[in-house]
Amino acid sequence: MEKRDYLDLYHQMVVIRRLEERSAELYQQGKIGGFLHLYIGQEAVSTGLISVRRPEDRIITAYRDHGVAINCGLSAREVMAELLGKVTGCSRGKGGSMHLADVKKNFWGGHAIVGAHLPIAAGLALGDAYQGNKAVTVCMFGDGATNIGYFHEALNLSKVWNLPVLWVCENNQYGMGTAVERASAVSEIRRKADGYGMKSEAVDGMDVMKVREVSARLYDEIRNGSGPQFLEVITYRFRGHSMGDPERYRSSEEVKTWLENDPIGIYHRYLLENKIASEEELQEQIRLAEEEVNDAVTFAEASPEPPAEELFKHIYVEG
Amino acid sequence: MARITMREAISQALWEEMERDPSVFIMGEEVGVWGGTYAVTKGFYDHFGPERVRDTPIAEAVIVGAAIGAALTGLRPVAELMTINFAFSAMDHIVNQAAKLHYMFGGQMILPLVIRAVGGGGRQLGATHSQTPDAIFAHFPGLKVVAPGTPADAKGMLKAAIRSQDPVLFIEHATLYQTRGEVPEGDYIVPLGKSTIQREGRHVTIVTYSKMLEISTKAADQLAKEGIEVEIVDLRSLRPLDMGPVLESFKKTNRAVIVEEGWKSYGVGAEVASRIYEEAFDYVDAPIKRVAQAEVPLPYNRTLEQMALPQVDDVIKAVKEVL
Ligand SMILES: Cc1ncc(C[n+]2csc(CCOP(=O)(O)OP(=O)(O)O)c2C)c(N)n1
Ligand SMILES: [Mg+2]
Repeated sequence: MEKRDYLDLYHQMVVIRRLEERSAELYQQGKIGGFLHLYIGQEAVSTGLISVRRPEDRIITAYRDHGVAINCGLSAREVMAELLGKVTGCSRGKGGSMHLADVKKNFWGGHAIVGAHLPIAAGLALGDAYQGNKAVTVCMFGDGATNIGYFHEALNLSKVWNLPVLWVCENNQYGMGTAVERASAVSEIRRKADGYGMKSEAVDGMDVMKVREVSARLYDEIRNGSGPQFLEVITYRFRGHSMGDPERYRSSEEVKTWLENDPIGIYHRYLLENKIASEEELQEQIRLAEEEVNDAVTFAEASPEPPAEELFKHIYVEG
Repeated sequence: MARITMREAISQALWEEMERDPSVFIMGEEVGVWGGTYAVTKGFYDHFGPERVRDTPIAEAVIVGAAIGAALTGLRPVAELMTINFAFSAMDHIVNQAAKLHYMFGGQMILPLVIRAVGGGGRQLGATHSQTPDAIFAHFPGLKVVAPGTPADAKGMLKAAIRSQDPVLFIEHATLYQTRGEVPEGDYIVPLGKSTIQREGRHVTIVTYSKMLEISTKAADQLAKEGIEVEIVDLRSLRPLDMGPVLESFKKTNRAVIVEEGWKSYGVGAEVASRIYEEAFDYVDAPIKRVAQAEVPLPYNRTLEQMALPQVDDVIKAVKEVL
């Protein structure tokens, strides 16, 4: 890794953090509608995971997708514009927060039905296997999603057909207000992969370098024909499930303990301690991220609403 | 032109499309080694091999879901659901994913996907295995829903569906597989979303599709003996619904009977009738009649089952009521 790669990871994480903080404000002001699920606390997961993907590798995730979009190379502008429902948004304002995508960047969404994108991910990987592409499909989902039938159908099929998928469970300890052990028969989620004869491991999701390292190895193995593998990433969401969550299901002490493991703080210290970057250089990255997000908000607010004819566009490709 | 069965026509369309385009492949339960539950894909596995004729686990959500994913990568999967009754286990992927991805992501995602599913009652399979839930699927914009009633249309529309850039639910009828008809050889395409006049007549319009085309034709034959000339419009596609030939015919006959196999409530007949009232009210000479399945879960007992399904006599009675 070059110095600028280290700084770039830092930059991405800070952009996500700032973008999420600004989104929360815009939501309070009524400028963002619908549901808004923030990625704050989980930035290291997708940043590490996606930092080692190749352009041909496909990424697909659930509705907590803003960070994933940024890591896939979508601009803060087109993400913010989508949140504001503008026609300049990545989905032309017709998807909203939960449905970000950019097919050209191999980012396949943004899916709001819990677990429903897992079968689709299996299909993306099938497409690559069928066409002889050496690509990996990376499918991210929450701990809660491992309890729905789609998860089991998709894992089973991926193993039966030896599909090149990396299943990535972001275990942030809760599905809405339900703690993992209250919803999942096995609370060590990676063990669910055992039932499908699939290799699995777990990694600390608050440490971007650890996520990156294990991801790089798994991509390699899968690219070289290992078949599907399962990665459980241990993480925590610092904010509520979505906006307006009263958070009765967890104690403030618990939240406080996790806040001490802020993924950006951990990486910040790592960069200083290993003398990869100076404090000034990191402050400069923070400043740039701030600018980028401010610019995105200005752009999104100034962007036009979708024109009325957009309503009937894109129902079908033909007719 | 050869006279072949509906099964052969469907099989021929699949075979020819797979020969023509290597991105077309089949996946579903028992489509391969077994040869297809209804023998539609008999011989395919040996000819095209396991990569292109893929036996799946009994897992409808992932059958449709994985077909969606593969379609997103540019392939043209034909996913087979053993019967349409099992589509309910894949409902989310059909109506929440397939029907919505193109629109919801602003036109970025393209799904050239076909879901084949066989439906219909009349074989004493009991309530869970005998349904005609076509209208449910036709409710959703973004999905194309077609149900041909003749072997020629089955071939031509399946080819059109496979070549279409949009997700298509292709509904077959279990008791039509043995029906024979003239089917053009080779590249024969029937565009989706076009209804057609299957029989000309001047006294009354019957609007129908799929299996009920056969029932309606039998009724028309009998009525002809009494001097009643029935015009039959075959919808063929439920979504998009082409009202053109329906309205054209109705403006000539001023009377209509709509015959469908599914339940009457919230059904195809309800939709077509209200469209006629909305778009041709001035031409209405008699209240429009609907013939449909009795509002019960279809019973196993043969007599009861036949009582519940629309019969030739029901159609004749309805025609006489509107005359
Ligand atoms: C099929 C389905 N059921 C319920 C919901 C409502 N819902 C949205 S998010 C969520 C919790 C999911 O938790 P998890 O998978 O752990 O993801 P996280 O929100 O923690 O990232 C629920 C129940 C849904 N969107 N889809
Ligand atoms: Mg969770």
